[in-house]
Amino acid sequence: MREFDYQRAHDVAGAVALLGADPDTRYLGGGTNLVDLMKTGVERPARLVDIRELPLDEIGTTPEGGLRIGATVTNGGLAAHPEVRRRYPALAQAVLAGASGQLRNMATVGGNLLQRTRCGYFTDVTQPCNKRVPGSGCPAIQGEHHNHAILGASDHCVAVHPSDMAVALTAFDAVVRFETADGPGQVPLADFYLPVGDTPHRETALPPGALITGVTLPPAPVAARSRYRKVRERASYAFAIGSLAAALDVRDGVVRDARLALGAVASRPWRAVAAERVLTGAPATAETYAAAADAELAAARPLPHNGYKVDLVRNLVVAVLTELAEETAR
Amino acid sequence: MTAVTTGTPTRAPSVGTGHTRVEGRDKVTGAARYAGEVPFDGLAHGWLVLSTVARGRVSALDTEPVLAMPGVLAVLDHRNALRLETDYTGLMGMRPDPTCAVFQHDRVPHRGWPVALVVAETSEQAREAAEALVVHYEQEPHDVEFTGERPDAYPLDGHMPAVTEKGDLDAALASSPVVVDAEYTTPEEHHNPMEPHAATARWDGGRLEVIDSNQGVTWVAGELANLFSLDPASVRVRSEHVGGGFGSKGVRAHQVAAVMAATVLQRPVRVVLTRRQMFSLAGYRSPTTQRVRLGADTDGRLRALEHSAVSATSTVYEFVEPSAGVARVMYDAEAHHTANRLVRLDVPTPTFMRAPGEAPGSFALEAALDELAEKCGVDPVELRLRNEPDKGPVSGLPFAGRNLAACFREGARRFGWADRDPRPGVRRDGRWLLGTGTAAASFPAGAAPSTAAATALPDGTFTVRISAADIGTGARTALTLVAADALQVPPERIRMRIGDSAFGPAMIAGGSMGTRSWSWAVRAAAGELRERLALGADIPPEGITVRTNTAEAIAALPPAERHSFGAQFAEVAVDVGTGEVRVRRMLGVFAAGRIVNPLTARNQLRGGMIWGISMALHEEAVRDRASGGHVGADLAGYHVATHADVPRVEADWIDDTDPDDPVGIKGIGEVGIVGAAAAVANAVWHATGVRHRALPIRPDRILSAAAGAPDA
Repeated sequence: MREFDYQRAHDVAGAVALLGADPDTRYLGGGTNLVDLMKTGVERPARLVDIRELPLDEIGTTPEGGLRIGATVTNGGLAAHPEVRRRYPALAQAVLAGASGQLRNMATVGGNLLQRTRCGYFTDVTQPCNKRVPGSGCPAIQGEHHNHAILGASDHCVAVHPSDMAVALTAFDAVVRFETADGPGQVPLADFYLPVGDTPHRETALPPGALITGVTLPPAPVAARSRYRKVRERASYAFAIGSLAAALDVRDGVVRDARLALGAVASRPWRAVAAERVLTGAPATAETYAAAADAELAAARPLPHNGYKVDLVRNLVVAVLTELAEETAR
Repeated sequence: MTAVTTGTPTRAPSVGTGHTRVEGRDKVTGAARYAGEVPFDGLAHGWLVLSTVARGRVSALDTEPVLAMPGVLAVLDHRNALRLETDYTGLMGMRPDPTCAVFQHDRVPHRGWPVALVVAETSEQAREAAEALVVHYEQEPHDVEFTGERPDAYPLDGHMPAVTEKGDLDAALASSPVVVDAEYTTPEEHHNPMEPHAATARWDGGRLEVIDSNQGVTWVAGELANLFSLDPASVRVRSEHVGGGFGSKGVRAHQVAAVMAATVLQRPVRVVLTRRQMFSLAGYRSPTTQRVRLGADTDGRLRALEHSAVSATSTVYEFVEPSAGVARVMYDAEAHHTANRLVRLDVPTPTFMRAPGEAPGSFALEAALDELAEKCGVDPVELRLRNEPDKGPVSGLPFAGRNLAACFREGARRFGWADRDPRPGVRRDGRWLLGTGTAAASFPAGAAPSTAAATALPDGTFTVRISAADIGTGARTALTLVAADALQVPPERIRMRIGDSAFGPAMIAGGSMGTRSWSWAVRAAAGELRERLALGADIPPEGITVRTNTAEAIAALPPAERHSFGAQFAEVAVDVGTGEVRVRRMLGVFAAGRIVNPLTARNQLRGGMIWGISMALHEEAVRDRASGGHVGADLAGYHVATHADVPRVEADWIDDTDPDDPVGIKGIGEVGIVGAAAAVANAVWHATGVRHRALPIRPDRILSAAAGAPDA
C-alpha cells in the first residue's frame, strides 16, 4: 500500500481547494470502498481529503415537496429517515438491502454513487482491465462474467455498477449536486454515469476535482407506493445479480404512472424507459408487465454465462409489479 | 510441603456437562493474542511475492530498486535462498508438499506460487515493496481445466486404497430392475478460517522459536526441523489461540519463509498471509466429478454400487480428495466398486479440508440414494434403513458401534418426517416452493498416539500439559473436563496448557481425532497422578508430575470399522422465478461417541451443518481459464452463508459411548458437514422436482432449470 497524506476539510470550498486539480488526490467519505481498493492497489492516491466533517449531513424537504439529501448523510441515516421511508420507500429498502449495518453506518450517499464495480478482474491488479488500465483488455468477456452486464455494455467492458441506492434514486429522477472551483453545478442521475463505449475508465460526468454535495429528489407521489427487490446469491451481504426499484400507480385497472429502474444489469443503474412506456396507460395485468419487461430486455445482449439474468429480470418485473398493483387495489 | 486431596470418587462427572470456554473471557476482551499479534522486540515483516503466471519459470527479478525502498531489509528468492531438505517423510507418512519449500528453484507450477519474500521494518513497507517488485517470467501454456472427462486421470491411493472392487458390476447393474446413473460435481472450495495464516520466527540462544497459528505444534516443529536440517530439540513452535483451521493450518509457505528470513537476518521476522494469498497458499478442497451408479431391486435393496470420483492436484504434489471412500462404509451390494482418481493441473496443491472425501463424496452418494428412493417409490429414510450393512462392505470388519438407524429414527420423529408427502413440486408458500430432504453422514473415528503430563501443585491445583491445538473447537475446555474427572476435582482446579511443542508429541487437531487422542493421554496422565496422590504423597514446590504416552494402548485396539454417524434433515424454500434458495430449518442427529462438552459440541456440529448450507448453495472458488488464477478471491467474491442464510439449525445426539475408548469418545470434528449438502440438494428436488447435481445450487442454475436448460 502506497504511503499517502491525509487532510481533513472543514467546509465545501476548502475541500474543493484542497483537492484542487491534483489527479492523485481523492475525497474520502466513509471509505468503505476506497480504503479497500487502496489496500489492494487498485487505487493508489498520494493524498486523501477527508470530507466527513463537512456540513452536508442533513436531509431536508424542498419547497416543491421533494427531498434534499446531503452527500455525507450515511446510508444508515438515509434509510432511517422518516420522510425517505414515507415518500420513497423503495429508496430506504434499497439502502437496507446493501452491505451490513456497520458499513451502512460508515458509507455516505456521495461515496455510494461513486463506488466502483466489484468485477473480479477490476479488483485484481494482476489482471488486465480496461477500466483500471485503459487498453489492457477485458478478460471478463471470455472469462468469469456470470454477474456481468446484459444491457449497455461494450466490447471494452461488461462490468456492472454495484449500488442498490443508486437504482432507487434513478427510478425517482434524482439530480446530483456538486461543487467545483468554478462554482456549483448539477446533473441528473440519468446522465451522471457515462456510457461505457471505448472509455470504461471514464465513469461519471463529474468535472475534474468536483465534490458531490448532495442529491435532490423531485416530488414523486407515485414513489409513495414503491418497492425495491434485490436478488442475490445469498440472503444478505452480497451484491445483486438482479434488482428492481419500481413504483406503480394503478387506477380503475389501468396503469397511470410507473417508474422502473434495474440494478446489476449494466454499468449504471438502468432506468427502464421502454418498459415504462409500455406500462403507462395499459391494463394492469401480468401480460402487460411481461410485455413491459420484454420491451426493455429486447436490447439485452447476454454473454455465454449470464443469459439467466434476462429471465431473472423478466420474472422480477412481473412479480414486483403484480405485488404493487395488488397493494394499490387494496 | 502441602498434602493435597483429590475429590471423592463419587463426584459427579464434569464430562457431559456444558461448560463455557475456559479462555472465552480472554477471547472476547481481546486479551487472547493471536499469532499475528504477539509483540516482539526488533520485529521485521516479510511479505510474500506470488507468481502472476500459471506455468513457466522466473527469468529475472528486479530486486535492486526494491532494496532501495524505505525500510527494506532483504529480498529472498531462488537465487539467494537457504537450501532446504525435502527428502523426508513426515506426519502420517506424508512427503512434504514442495509448495512449502520456498524459493528452491525458478520453476513456477501455478499462479500464486511464492517467488520471493520482501522483508522490511514495517508490514506496510514490506507490502509496498513486494508489490513494486518486478518479476520477469518465461511463460508456458498452462492447463487448469478440470472436468470429469480427463483421459489422463489416474488412480492414486492417498490415505486409503484408490480402488476397491468386488463382484461383477456390469452384470449386477444389468440384472437390477431399478438403476440410477448420474454424475455429480462439486467446485473448488476453500477453508477460509477467519484468522489468516501468520507466523513469527526468531532465533534465541541457538534455538528456533516460532509463534504460529496451526493445527499441530509438534507437527509443524518437526517439518521445520526437517526442512532446515535442524535438531528437532532445538525447534519450539507455539500456537496458543487459533482462529479456525479446518485442515489448512499445517506447514505452509509463510512459516518456512519467516524462518528463512529470521535465519538470514538474525532478527525476528513475521509473515502474515492476506486473504487472497490464502487462496493459493493455504490449500483447498479440490473440485470433484463423481459418477454414481446404483442398481437395486424394486424395494430399494442395493445389488450394485459404483462410486467413481475424480479430483485434481498440482503438478508438484499428489493430494487425492477421496470422495469414493464414503461408499466403502455406508452401503453394501453384491457388486461394489469404488475408485478415486486424480488429474494433475497447473493449480495449487489441494489439501485436507473439513471431512476430506466424505464431504463431497456424501453429496454424490446421498443424492444418488435420494434418486433411487424416488425411482423405487420408497421413502428415503426407509431406503437407508433397508440398506444398513451388518459389517464393513469392503473390509468385512465388524462395526464398532453403528448407530445410524437410531439417528434416522430419532431425527425423523423430531423433524416430522412421517407427515411428508413424497411428491415433488407441490408445496407452496407465496412465491416459495417448499421441500424437505434427508441424507446420512459418517466419518472415521480414530485415535493417534499422544503424550501428556499432569502435575499436582502444592496449592491444590493441577497443571496439565499436552501439545494439543484449540482451533476454535473448545478442545482446551474439553480436556479440562476430562482431566477434572480423572483427578476427581472441579474443573476450576485444572490449568490446561496446550499449543506448545515443548510439551512433547501429540496428535494434531485433525481427522476428527484430536479430542479423542488427547483425552486418552490426559486421562491416563491425570488418572495415574491421582493414584500417586492417593498414596498420600507430600507435594514439593515444583509439584509431582506424571507423564504418559498412549502409543501402546492405541496400537492394541482391535481392528474394526470405527466411525461416527449421523442423519441430516433439511427444509428449503425455492423461488424458481428468481432462483433464490433458502434453507428454512435443519436437524442433525448424530451418533458420535460420548460428548465431552455439550455446549461446544453442539456448536461444532452446527458449524458443520451450516458449512453444509454454504457448500450446497454458496461456496465456489472460480478459476479463470486464461490466467489460471482465481477471480474474486476474497470474502466478497467467495460466498459463505451469512446469518440471514442460517435458519434454526438443531444438532443433537443419541447415546453412543465408545466402549473401546477410555473416555467413550469417537469424534465430532467433521461429521457435522457430511451429508448436509445432500440433504439440502435433496430438499431442493422435493421442492421443485428438478435434480441439481452440480454444487453450489446457484440462482442461475435454478433459473436455467426452470427455463428448460438440460445442464441443471
